[in-house]
Amino acid sequence: MTLNEIRARLQAAIPGCQVDLVVNGSPSAHNSLLIDRQHGLEAARVLRGLELDYCSNVTAVDWPERVQTDKIKTKQVFDGVEKEIEQTVKTTIPGCLEVVYHLFSMAKKEGPVVVRMRTGNRTDDVTLPSLTPVWRSAEFQEREAFDLYGIVFDGHPDLRRILMWEGFTDYPMRKDYVPPPDDDLEILGER
Amino acid sequence: MDQDLKTELSKHGIFATSFEELYNWGRKNSVWPLTFGLACCAIEMIATTMARYDLARFGAEVFRPSPRQADLMIVSGTVTKKMAPQVVRLYNQMPEPKYVIAMGACAISGGPFRDGYNVLKGIDRFIPVDVHIPGCPPRPEALIHAFMALQEKISAQQLSGESRPRHLKQELPSEFPVPEFGEHGLEPAQNDEVFRNPLKVLQG
Repeated sequence: MTLNEIRARLQAAIPGCQVDLVVNGSPSAHNSLLIDRQHGLEAARVLRGLELDYCSNVTAVDWPERVQTDKIKTKQVFDGVEKEIEQTVKTTIPGCLEVVYHLFSMAKKEGPVVVRMRTGNRTDDVTLPSLTPVWRSAEFQEREAFDLYGIVFDGHPDLRRILMWEGFTDYPMRKDYVPPPDDDLEILGER
Repeated sequence: MDQDLKTELSKHGIFATSFEELYNWGRKNSVWPLTFGLACCAIEMIATTMARYDLARFGAEVFRPSPRQADLMIVSGTVTKKMAPQVVRLYNQMPEPKYVIAMGACAISGGPFRDGYNVLKGIDRFIPVDVHIPGCPPRPEALIHAFMALQEKISAQQLSGESRPRHLKQELPSEFPVPEFGEHGLEPAQNDEVFRNPLKVLQG
């Protein structure tokens, strides 16, 4: 089953579910599906119904806020003469946290189907539905994403830090993580 | 006793020694390491104890599963920040005299994982290390070499006088503070009593 077929099935099964195809431009062309988080759990149940019975991997991606610069060529008329003008347009793409699930079908020997979900931002709107009720194997790996990226999984049976200790307040896999200043004194000495 | 006289006496079949030498000779040939491995270096440590390299030739075949019965800690592998308090606690639980071998790049400095958020950048931040072995991981021969260096260190220790080792000086500690888990890392990040802090060295 291709990604577009899966996408069509999801949209047919869940009214209002927004599914986008995320195109991977590299030679591997490993495309994936971006599902909106409001329908995440329902979509996961549908995917499981499509015999995607094995979730092998859960990981997360940190997307900090970034500014994208595009050069747009427009034609404008100056004093009756048409000229082509190159304009630089800067767009701010808001940051978010993204969780990635790799799904396989043991029954049909297919996969991986890569499914993504994104949070609203990186600070206070970081809740995503937990898919552990659908795939039990996601439990520890969702805890890892919670621990290292700070994504809160709604509906997770036991959401605690898994690698770092209780009481640790940072999210070390985020791109803006800075280790404590006295962590590496030898480097400090060289500065 | 004069070394020449001792040699002369031994030619006549007379063995002369001092209590200090005898005592250290006994200690250095019966070091009991702690059964304790942290990462891939531990595999090399295990290989060192087995038939091919045979650490038993140096009197250290008895790896003890309890720190109360051990006098050598071989820190074999990456010490994570989460593991560091336990390593210090195990060291504190060992009776004196006790020795530490930091085995491999990770135990010395954090090694290839130094930039990691979860890695302690050298166990010498919290406990005194007697012998450092470089390598990633060190070969069993390197561990045997470190062990022989430790044996030399033990046999050179004086039982009295100002240069006697730490464990014979009442005023020096035999236990070191166990770091706590803080909000951003270990607290304190190093024990300045033990660690040669490069910032302070630079400042003089």
